[in-house]
Amino acid sequence: MKSRYSIFSLLRNARNYHENWEKAWHSPEPKASYDVIIVGGGGHGLATAYYLGKNHGITNIAVIERGWLGGGNTGRNTTIVRSNYLWDQSAHLYEHAMKLWEGLSQELNYNVMFSQRGVMNLAHNQSDIREIGRRVNANLLNGVDSEFLTPAQIKEIVPIIDLRENGRYPVLGASFQQRGGTARHDAVAWGYARGCDEMGIDIIQECPVNGFIIENGEVKGVETGKGTIRANKVGVVVAGHSSVMANMAGFRLPIHSVPLQALVSEPVKPILNTVVMSGAVHAYISQSDKGELVIGAGTDKYIGYGQRGSLDVTEETIAAVCELFPLFKRMRMLRQWGGIVDTCPDASPIIGKTPVDNLFFNCGWGTGGFKATPGSGWVFAHTIATGEPHQLNEAFALDRFQTGYLIDEHGAAAVAH
Amino acid sequence: MLLIECPYCGPRTESEFSYGAEAHIARPKNPEEISDKEWADYVFLRDNTKGIVLERWVHTAGCRRWFNLARNTVTYEILQVYEMGAKPPKIELKSFV
Repeated sequence: MKSRYSIFSLLRNARNYHENWEKAWHSPEPKASYDVIIVGGGGHGLATAYYLGKNHGITNIAVIERGWLGGGNTGRNTTIVRSNYLWDQSAHLYEHAMKLWEGLSQELNYNVMFSQRGVMNLAHNQSDIREIGRRVNANLLNGVDSEFLTPAQIKEIVPIIDLRENGRYPVLGASFQQRGGTARHDAVAWGYARGCDEMGIDIIQECPVNGFIIENGEVKGVETGKGTIRANKVGVVVAGHSSVMANMAGFRLPIHSVPLQALVSEPVKPILNTVVMSGAVHAYISQSDKGELVIGAGTDKYIGYGQRGSLDVTEETIAAVCELFPLFKRMRMLRQWGGIVDTCPDASPIIGKTPVDNLFFNCGWGTGGFKATPGSGWVFAHTIATGEPHQLNEAFALDRFQTGYLIDEHGAAAVAH
Repeated sequence: MLLIECPYCGPRTESEFSYGAEAHIARPKNPEEISDKEWADYVFLRDNTKGIVLERWVHTAGCRRWFNLARNTVTYEILQVYEMGAKPPKIELKSFV
């Protein structure tokens, strides 16, 4: 049992100059076999392992990560959390995640700095207005909080936005989800990792998976950089590298891997107290607790595995941000990076069974996986433990590309993908 | 950012082009007979290779003509440009993990 983090443990450790903090997780050598192996030590993978232990009592698990914990898209996203999706299946899944977010810091005894500062999606033309009106109503019917804002109401919340009607991107209205906001992305991975470690789950870093052991159409383990590890069930949650993993297992996915970019500015005093997103111009912006402006850009249009992103995408996003917020024109950017996202043709994830028995994939989250982290782990853990999807993810099966029951969140999901 | 050698206009910046994804995917010859699984394979499933890919591009803001590229999706190196309808070049289609 790990000691709890609290104001008292902070004071106690301050007396020792913070030299005696207990390790949040260990780095054991892998055992020869496990009940379940999770490939991918990002937020989704660690959440899956956590809920396997917590909800299903399975703790003989290894989480195998090629790099370091949360070093992939978990540490590269723009930390936005929201659940205002159009279609019922998505709204239920993301809203389940939202409810878990609301209690996550308490649940994990780890401050994930979840801040419900609201998420605003701008409308720049009549078509956007109609789309937003439809989505706000759909959200309300699904029990997701959502409201329509007029330009005057937007100005009240974000005084620095340029609402002159002759702007390049006139703002005609917005949808607003007050329960949305941001969370500290690294802390999500660390909090889940600590929770996993406490239950005796092995977290194995710097251990690439090079192949699967498949006997008679059933997965029996993985070949890794640290040797062969056998397991009864394997769950793969590797985002941009999902197709690479599927290829090793002998099947294909309907996924395109592309870099999605983000950038942050130098830190400034508080100026923006919500998240402003614009799907049409593909820019989203918020201010971190450190004071940096965190800006999300678009994806490259072509397949790429380089974690950089193309310059014309950066340029377009920055131009849009400067149009909407003229006072940011003199801000200087500190860092820019990319993460490889696994985009699906219908912009919805694939969570469930694969053509190989006992091999499960959780992928296709594309540009918006971070917000779903707890919910994704929850339903994927259920799928792995019981062998059947949870009712929240049964619509997100891989075979929807055969049956045609796609969940088309392109554009419908409040941001262009 | 890519500098793409359009076979008709010469080297131009990436932003002038649109992407047409994987090349050389043949439409099934017997559409009435094939199963949903085979249709899914044709319509949706892709290699999404981490390595060298053959893909289609179109010079949207230029000559508006289609052509093919052999490109490395890790290093972003463009290995060959060839015309629509031409046979794929004889290069090793390496892939990485």
